[in-house]
Parts: sequence; structure tokens; C-alpha cells
Amino acid sequence: MNDQGERVEVTSDRDVVRVRQLVRTAAVAVKLSLVDQTKLVTAASELARNTLVYGGGGWVEVAPVDSGRRKGIRIVFADQGPGIADLDLALTDGYTTGGGLGLGLSGARRLVDEFDIATAVGEGTTITVTKWCR
Amino acid sequence: MTLNADEAARFAALLEENQDALVSAWTDRVTTSLRGRLSHAELQRQTSELRRGFQQALAGTAQGISDAAAAELRAQLSELSASRARQGFSATETAVSVFAFKEAVLATLDSSGRNDATTLRDYVAFSSFVDDAALFTFDSYVRVREELIADQAEQLLELSTPVVKLWEGVVAVPLVGTLDSARAQVVMERLLQTLVDTGSPYAIIDITGVPAVDTQVAQHILKTVVAARLMGADCIISGIRPQIAQTIVALGIEFGDIATKASLADALRYVLAQTGKKGR
Ligand SMILES: Nc1ncnc2c1ncn2[C@@H]1O[C@H](COP(=O)(O)OP(=O)(O)OP(=O)(O)O)[C@@H](O)[C@H]1O
Ligand SMILES: [Mg+2]
Repeated sequence: MNDQGERVEVTSDRDVVRVRQLVRTAAVAVKLSLVDQTKLVTAASELARNTLVYGGGGWVEVAPVDSGRRKGIRIVFADQGPGIADLDLALTDGYTTGGGLGLGLSGARRLVDEFDIATAVGEGTTITVTKWCR
Repeated sequence: MTLNADEAARFAALLEENQDALVSAWTDRVTTSLRGRLSHAELQRQTSELRRGFQQALAGTAQGISDAAAAELRAQLSELSASRARQGFSATETAVSVFAFKEAVLATLDSSGRNDATTLRDYVAFSSFVDDAALFTFDSYVRVREELIADQAEQLLELSTPVVKLWEGVVAVPLVGTLDSARAQVVMERLLQTLVDTGSPYAIIDITGVPAVDTQVAQHILKTVVAARLMGADCIISGIRPQIAQTIVALGIEFGDIATKASLADALRYVLAQTGKKGR
């Protein structure tokens, strides 16, 4: 059910702001609670910035999903950057190669219901997250 | 194509002899192209000054707009583009004001019956001189517009980050909207400067207006708090709404020993209690 998906190319800080706005609008549309909206927007902000900063840019796609039982939002973040060599390490709280807090990736995983990451060194990284309405 | 010294001198003489007719024909054309948005009298003053500028540049045998003899003219053209840009005229409208001089000159040549080969050759050379002048005007118009836009962006930045003195010894900065790196920098600088100016020992950073606190926003806040501490001031973060609090916890951000309060009023109450303790 991804026919209503919207895609944003991510090549600058402005695009990260656009991703946040797009996710906020989509989250409101499927009636996510205020807390869940905020969590999803924050996770999207983290992952989109990683796409920009570490992936060297890429795209983000936001789409409503419907399992039949409940509705939600699915977001895909894709880049063709260097990939992540040690995923466990990258997902460790406080681990950063860019002088950040090292909480973006691990924190984003805690902020969503489903978190899937496909990465290969030299090929890029694709992260898919889903947040369901309660 | 540039003017040679003879052509320049002959044209300077022509601009002098026919000055009244030229200024009036030029003013009419500019007035029409700007569709009455500037008064005829105002435009007449401008064209008559510009005519003098062109005439003097040519009399000083300027061969192109970038020559030293055309310095005064360049200054006039820059001034023209700056005022047009501020008044909201387009780049084309501004350049057309200069191009129109050629039509005025041609009309004057026509009506005085001067159409010998020398005059025409002079005119072609002169015409390319005016073209360069118009392009120069266009360029400086664009530069002025860019500066205006940059100024406005900066003003917006400053407007959206007011640092206010809330109480004796307490300054507050309410953050509103997206805290990108540029704004975070401005916030930090202004907060630190206000701490210096007011000698305040307390600063409250209110994030009620921030829609999402991610690791980047958190890092900017943490850096600001550390910098304020180095200057001997204590920071309190206020306006942490329930949804933001839950997100910060799930994300794993720790504000350490920084005092955090739900509202600005709570933060102020906290500061006053602190100073009360110290006063005793
Ligand atoms: N899309 C990506 N491509 C390549 N490497 C990545 C990507 N996303 C994250 N990483 C790597 O994983 C590390 C951890 O990412 P995470 O978002 O948790 O921390 P950070 O971005 O360094 O800091 P923070 O997000 O807290 O500001 C990054 O420093 C980077 O080395
Ligand atoms: Mg990150």
C-alpha cells in the first residue's frame, strides 16, 4: 500500500527540515497520537540527517500503511554512501564517527515500532521504519 | 567594440549640445517603462544627472565603462541600481532605464538630421558603450538585491531569537521553530553577549516553541549551557512538554545536572528560590 508515498531527495539541511514537515503531516493524517508523532518526526530527523551526513545524500520516502488491523506510517531512508561496516557498533549508544552524541541511530530504533536496516560496505544503506497507531 | 578617443570626444560634444532634448526624450521613455511608479520630476532629475555623467566620462575620453574616466558614471549607476532595488523594481526595469538613453540619442540624431556615415559609426560605438553601462547596472542591481536578501535573512534570524531580561539577574531566550546550526550559533552568541551586558548569573532557555528535540538540537543546547557556565552563569531549560520529554528519554539524551522545568514560570520560581538561598 505504498501508492500514496511521497519522496524527498536529501541533499542539504533544508531537505532534512522538509522530511520532518512531511512526516509530521503524514503522521497527523493517520491520527498518530501527539507523543507518537513527535517520536516519529524525531526519528526521521535523525535518520535523514545520517543519510545526508554519512550517506552523502540520498532520498527519503514517506507513505501511509494499513495492515488491515491498524494504520501507520512507513518511512524509507536510502543512500549510496560508504555503508556501515560494523552495525552493532554503529547501533551502540554514544558511538559516533562524526562528533555527534552517537544517539541518532540507536535512539531512532527505540522511537519506532519496526526498524529494518540493510547496509553493505561500498554500496550504501537503506533503513525502513514503521510506526503504528495504537 | 570600444570608443576611440575621437569618437568619444565627438559624442561628448553631441551630448552637451542637445542636452535638453536628450533629457526630455530619455525621461519620457523611462517614465513610460516604469508605468508611472516614479514621478516624472524625480526621473528627470535622475536622467539629467546621468546624462552629465555620460557626457563627462566621454569628455574624459573613457573608451569603456571600466575606464578610470568613467568612475563617476559607475558610481551614479551603482546608486541608481541600489535605489531601484530598494524600491522593488526588477532588474530588467532598472537596466531598461539605461538602455533607453540610446533611443533618446537616436531620436535626437534623427530630428537634427544628422545621418552622415561618421555620425552613424560614432553612434554604433557609443551604443555599445551604453550597453556595457546597462550591463554594469544590471550586475550591481543583482549584487544589491543579494545583500538585501542576506540582510533580511539575518534580521529574521535575530527577530526569532530575542534574548530578554526576565528579572534582575535572569535572562531568558525562547527558542521557536527549527533550531538549525545557523540559528543555534546566533542564539548562543546573543545569549552569551546578553549575559555579559547584564551581568546576569542565570539564563533560562525555553524550548516551548521547538517542535522536536533531536540529537542536533540537544547538542546545540548542551554546548550553549557549557559556554554559559564557563562565563559563570547557570542555565535552566524550560518548556519541556510531555511529548518532548518522552522522546528525549527514548532517544537517550541526558541533560546531566542541568536543571529542567516544565514551564518558564517554574524555571523563574526555581531561580528565585536559588538566589533566595544564596542571599541568606
Ligand atoms: N547512512 C549511514 N551511512 C554510513 N554510516 C552511517 C550512516 N548512519 C550512521 N552511520 C554511522 O553510524 C554512526 C552512529 O550514528 P548515529 O546517528 O547514532 O550517531 P551520530 O550521527 O554520529 O551522532 P548523533 O546522531 O547523535 O548526532 C555514525 O557516526 C556513522 O559512523
Ligand atoms: Mg546521527
